[in-house]
Amino acid sequence: MAQIKTPRFEVTDGTLIPDKGEKSIFSAWKLAFFGAISLLIILPVVKPDPYFQILKFLPDGILATFQVTILSIVLSFFIGLITGLGRISRITVFNRIATVYVEVIRGIPLLVQLFYIYYALGKIVQVPRLASAVIAMAVCYGAYMGEIFRAGILAIPRGQMEAALALGLSRGQALWKVILPQTIKVILPPIGNEFIALLKDSSLVSILAVSDLLRRGREYASTSFMYFESYTIVALVYLIITLFLSRLVAIMEERLVRREK
Amino acid sequence: MKSNNKPRVRIQNASKNFDKVVALKNVSLEVKTGEVVLIIGPSGSGKSTLLRSVNRLENLTSGDIWVDDDLLTHNKSDIRKIREEVGMVFQSFNLFSHLTALENVTLAPLTVKKTPKEAAVANGRELLKRVGLSDKENNYPDQLSGGQQQRVAIARALAMNPKVMLFDEPTSALDPEMIKEVLDVMLQLAKDGMTMLVVSHEMGFARAAADKVVFMDGGEIIEIGTPDDIFDRPKEERTKKFLKHIL
Ligand SMILES: Nc1ncnc2c1ncn2[C@@H]1O[C@H](COP(=O)(O)OP(=O)(O)OP(=O)(O)O)[C@@H](O)[C@H]1O
Ligand SMILES: [Mg+2]
Repeated sequence: MAQIKTPRFEVTDGTLIPDKGEKSIFSAWKLAFFGAISLLIILPVVKPDPYFQILKFLPDGILATFQVTILSIVLSFFIGLITGLGRISRITVFNRIATVYVEVIRGIPLLVQLFYIYYALGKIVQVPRLASAVIAMAVCYGAYMGEIFRAGILAIPRGQMEAALALGLSRGQALWKVILPQTIKVILPPIGNEFIALLKDSSLVSILAVSDLLRRGREYASTSFMYFESYTIVALVYLIITLFLSRLVAIMEERLVRREK
Repeated sequence: MKSNNKPRVRIQNASKNFDKVVALKNVSLEVKTGEVVLIIGPSGSGKSTLLRSVNRLENLTSGDIWVDDDLLTHNKSDIRKIREEVGMVFQSFNLFSHLTALENVTLAPLTVKKTPKEAAVANGRELLKRVGLSDKENNYPDQLSGGQQQRVAIARALAMNPKVMLFDEPTSALDPEMIKEVLDVMLQLAKDGMTMLVVSHEMGFARAAADKVVFMDGGEIIEIGTPDDIFDRPKEERTKKFLKHIL
């Protein structure tokens, strides 16, 4: 009864989360994952032209996709931290700015935002394409990340803050030394899911002239006219990556839960 | 118990409203240095609110509270300074769940007092030994029993070397077999001369350690006396009725 529990909250993102209880060899995740891998092996072996040619063409794109995703997630983590703190802040100005930012971002389609920020940036400063794309993605995802931080901070029992204050810590010290370290643990799984969502959405930056996975596929398709074949491989690669990552997130979540026992 | 005449905590006409709920009504109380004061009363009578006002986890609606000569109900008073001098132990322990027992104890000295690491750790180990948990310094809170967690929480509060310790129902979340280990630590603390304000209905502890018992009801102090006065010869009707309930 008197055990302190790290609280959890629902993950509402649209990514496929493997059911932890699902042990069957024919689980949906296993069917999809190993099915995709088999196809990705069988197709190039059986029909090296064009499938193997396409596959050879893609690694640069995969690298760019990961580059955009990782840089964006790191940047949006910090934007999210500040936004989340703003959302729960008692300082009205800070609170309003954070809330308006979240509302605005939520109300505009991601693709429109990407275009807007990309070209707005282009008007002000001359930055490399990749940097613009990363900033645009991070500004968009920072809002969602902010909501994750907010939920995570609010999920920490009030007694933690009170105990810290009672010991003489300032609010800032309590936040930094007591609340945030616990928050990070709680929000790791949702951030993992955000990472997966971001990886998928990063395909949108192909429109902004970044040579990511999708763009490489398009380039191959438009020179070879093998549209169906190219996009089959592109889709399979995306699928394998996201399925793999979502399994990682599930394992991480399970570890966190088990560590509490 | 030994107690000289200087009040360590002075509460004067303390009142507290939560919207329309009156939690405290004109409460005045003095706790002398070295004194152990026990607060009893029915649920909702304002016991926690009174205790929490003493380190300003709650702000009074009106009235004043002094710790030694520091007026802590003044807006400009350095509340952090006073909180350093007032330790608090909660019903639900509130140990920092991401830190080990030892880290829980050393966090405030390191962060607030900027005690050098070695000194803080040495003192932390000493305190854990005092509450009988030397072998648990590397355990996380979820690897400790309730009674052990509460003892770490007491050590954590003591690490700031407070002048006053506040206990808000420290044993009421505990299984019966763990209550004694916590009360023993508190008894020893009382013997060592700590000034204590304790909300608890543990009669054994009250008789053994309390200099004064305060009975509260409806946000007011109804009766104050020695444990024998209150438990054996209560004067007020409300006190009698309440005691019949819990004895
Ligand atoms: N944060 C709050 N907001 C609104 N009302 C509150 C708040 N805290 C306490 N109260 C109210 O103030 C009154 C006194 O509460 P308090 O917690 O001090 O009582 P208590 O004597 O400690 O009771 P218990 O034995 O149940 O712990 C109650 O009526 C309670 O509902
Ligand atoms: Mg209470």
